[in-house]
Amino acid sequence: MNLKELMSIAVMQGFNGLSASCVLLLMALGLAIIFGQMGVINMAHGEFLTIGAYTTFGLSEIAQRWAPWLQKTYFIFAMLVAFVIAAAVGWVVERVMVRHLYKRPLDTLLATWGLSLIMQQIFRSLFGAKEVSATLPDWLMGSFKPSDSIDIPINGVLVMVLTLVLTTALFLVLFKTRWGIWIRATTQNRVMASAAGINTAKVDSYAFAAGCGLAGVAGAAFTTIGSTGPTSGSLYIVDTFLVVVFGGAQSLVGTIASAFGIAQTQATSEFFMTGSMAKVLTLLTVVFILMLRPQGLFAMRVRR
Amino acid sequence: MGAGAGESKETSGASERTPPAVKATPGGWGSSLFGSTAERNAFLIVAAVILVLFPALLSPFRLGLVGKYLTYAFVGLGLVICWGYGGILSLGQGVFFGIGGYCMAMFLKLEASDAVSTAIQSTPGIPDFMDWNQITALPLFWKPFKSLIFTLLAIPLVPGVLALLVGAAMFKRRVGGVYFAIITQTVAAILSILIVGQQGFTGGVNGITDLRTLHGWDFRGDHAKQILYFANAGLLLGATLLCYHLTRSKLGRLLLAMRDKEDRVRFSGYSVASLKTFVFVFGAMLSAVGGAMFTLQVGFMSPSFVGIVPSIEMVICAALGGREWVLGAIIGTLVVNFGKTFFSERFPELWLFLIGALFIAVVMVFPNGLASLRRETLLRAWSNFRTRLKKADLPGSELARSGLALSEGPLANATGTEKK
Repeated sequence: MNLKELMSIAVMQGFNGLSASCVLLLMALGLAIIFGQMGVINMAHGEFLTIGAYTTFGLSEIAQRWAPWLQKTYFIFAMLVAFVIAAAVGWVVERVMVRHLYKRPLDTLLATWGLSLIMQQIFRSLFGAKEVSATLPDWLMGSFKPSDSIDIPINGVLVMVLTLVLTTALFLVLFKTRWGIWIRATTQNRVMASAAGINTAKVDSYAFAAGCGLAGVAGAAFTTIGSTGPTSGSLYIVDTFLVVVFGGAQSLVGTIASAFGIAQTQATSEFFMTGSMAKVLTLLTVVFILMLRPQGLFAMRVRR
Repeated sequence: MGAGAGESKETSGASERTPPAVKATPGGWGSSLFGSTAERNAFLIVAAVILVLFPALLSPFRLGLVGKYLTYAFVGLGLVICWGYGGILSLGQGVFFGIGGYCMAMFLKLEASDAVSTAIQSTPGIPDFMDWNQITALPLFWKPFKSLIFTLLAIPLVPGVLALLVGAAMFKRRVGGVYFAIITQTVAAILSILIVGQQGFTGGVNGITDLRTLHGWDFRGDHAKQILYFANAGLLLGATLLCYHLTRSKLGRLLLAMRDKEDRVRFSGYSVASLKTFVFVFGAMLSAVGGAMFTLQVGFMSPSFVGIVPSIEMVICAALGGREWVLGAIIGTLVVNFGKTFFSERFPELWLFLIGALFIAVVMVFPNGLASLRRETLLRAWSNFRTRLKKADLPGSELARSGLALSEGPLANATGTEKK
């Protein structure tokens, strides 16, 4: 093995780690609003991801059957539709259920877990228990080859770009718009915010819907890297929560850093041991650090 | 047991017939342990159903199923103390159930794989799955499980120590509530991934199977299963009494106080962290006993009882029973699991809808679970309703009504007093 090969391995390994951290971050973005900002434990977050993925699958089927000319572009629409559908479902859930439980976080956890079970069964009844995958447009397949030994898949690049765009957008919305000020004001001091004339109930439902919508987009992006089944969303839920908690719940920067850290640890250790042991090692490290530093990496206050 | 405030408000059998104003006086034997004669009677009924009715009516197969459910009830009891009273929701009780079960299974597996019966293996004398995974010597951590005494000690102690470490680390730093729930959930995920991944040491996804004898006693036949059922039921009822004692003691009241107003308890000079750690360890040990009994009755142990999903299912059992009703943990577990078996046999696709709806309903509609069906609660609701009807009749009725509002169980007690 010469130096060049080693370099290529390092590049590909680095890309894999980066790609994995983008996936984690993409999943965690929605939760960073819902859990990080609003403090709501939404155990059904993974199912909103699945909604996005199934939406993409449905649209790809439609495009294939009735509108072949959309074949190349449907994916862009799919992400938008996924956002809208997931956000709409999220809005209803907030209105009907989560709204009444803001003061009882542990109960929210149980109720949303129940919701996730129901949603999984709905997916199973609608789409069957078998995993499905969307037919991807040609331009998403294949890979870059900057040199003969380096091979970078395009769908990985797409996920990365999407993560970058969404994260930037979320930052801008939260810190540069009036809407973002409302959210931050409501989460930091609800009473003062409503005294200042902010309709906190409305802010709550829009924030929750936006978080769910983000999960939907993440789900759409996931169809490019894996197939979708009724329970695929729930596989991610622990990781996603851990990313947000580890980063420090209220800090968006923390979420980014922890997604990166967790994914890199996992990707690097996967190089030396089996996948499951790498996962165990990563989770153990995170839990251990959280025991020593419960407020997470970038926290503002002690958690209660 | 002193006549504390909470105790005198608890309605006893005597005061049920003439509700509001009469001060409750504990009556009948055992009511100091159970709080009221009605509660004692409820316990006796449940005990009779478990010890007499089920064995008399059910086929050996069904009785085995009930026995299996009853081992989950240990976890439910632990959750009543830990979550209902202490306010600590652990989503990782499956970890402790699993460790208890695996400790038992390791001992039984070693006994089942003596050199004679494993003579066809390339390395006789080690469990078959190790042989399949090209392991040639018994791993070090398996060796002590050759001794029954060590195993019996390890079943409560290993989970207890783990809970102590996790609990102490978290509670000393004042981490609680949802963060604790997420961390425990992660621990559950870690352990199940670890067990599945380390096939050679743990049996992998299949778990530890083909267990035959306990200290030379073959526990696979119908008769042996029946003996195990009664042993399990006896242990469970004993544990229930222990939990009753705990909840009626000063500690129980302290836990409720801590759950509702943690700071006040802390400022009164109690170590909140130690209290929380204690209940967490207590719940863990109970779960571990349940796990060990599970292994004995079902004859195997697998990682599917360790992960996140079973852990949360155990929480819903306790929640359905009414999170602070000790007996409710047993009833809730039985109802949920009967339902699960019934629906997965007949309408498997309906079950997830039902259990999901149950999760939501138990939180949003009836947070007290089945406990709100207790006779005294119903009677109280009825007399509440009646008092409202004849509101104008007596000058004293207003007073009586406020007395009623106070006596709606421990939850209303604590929060009701808080508001004043």
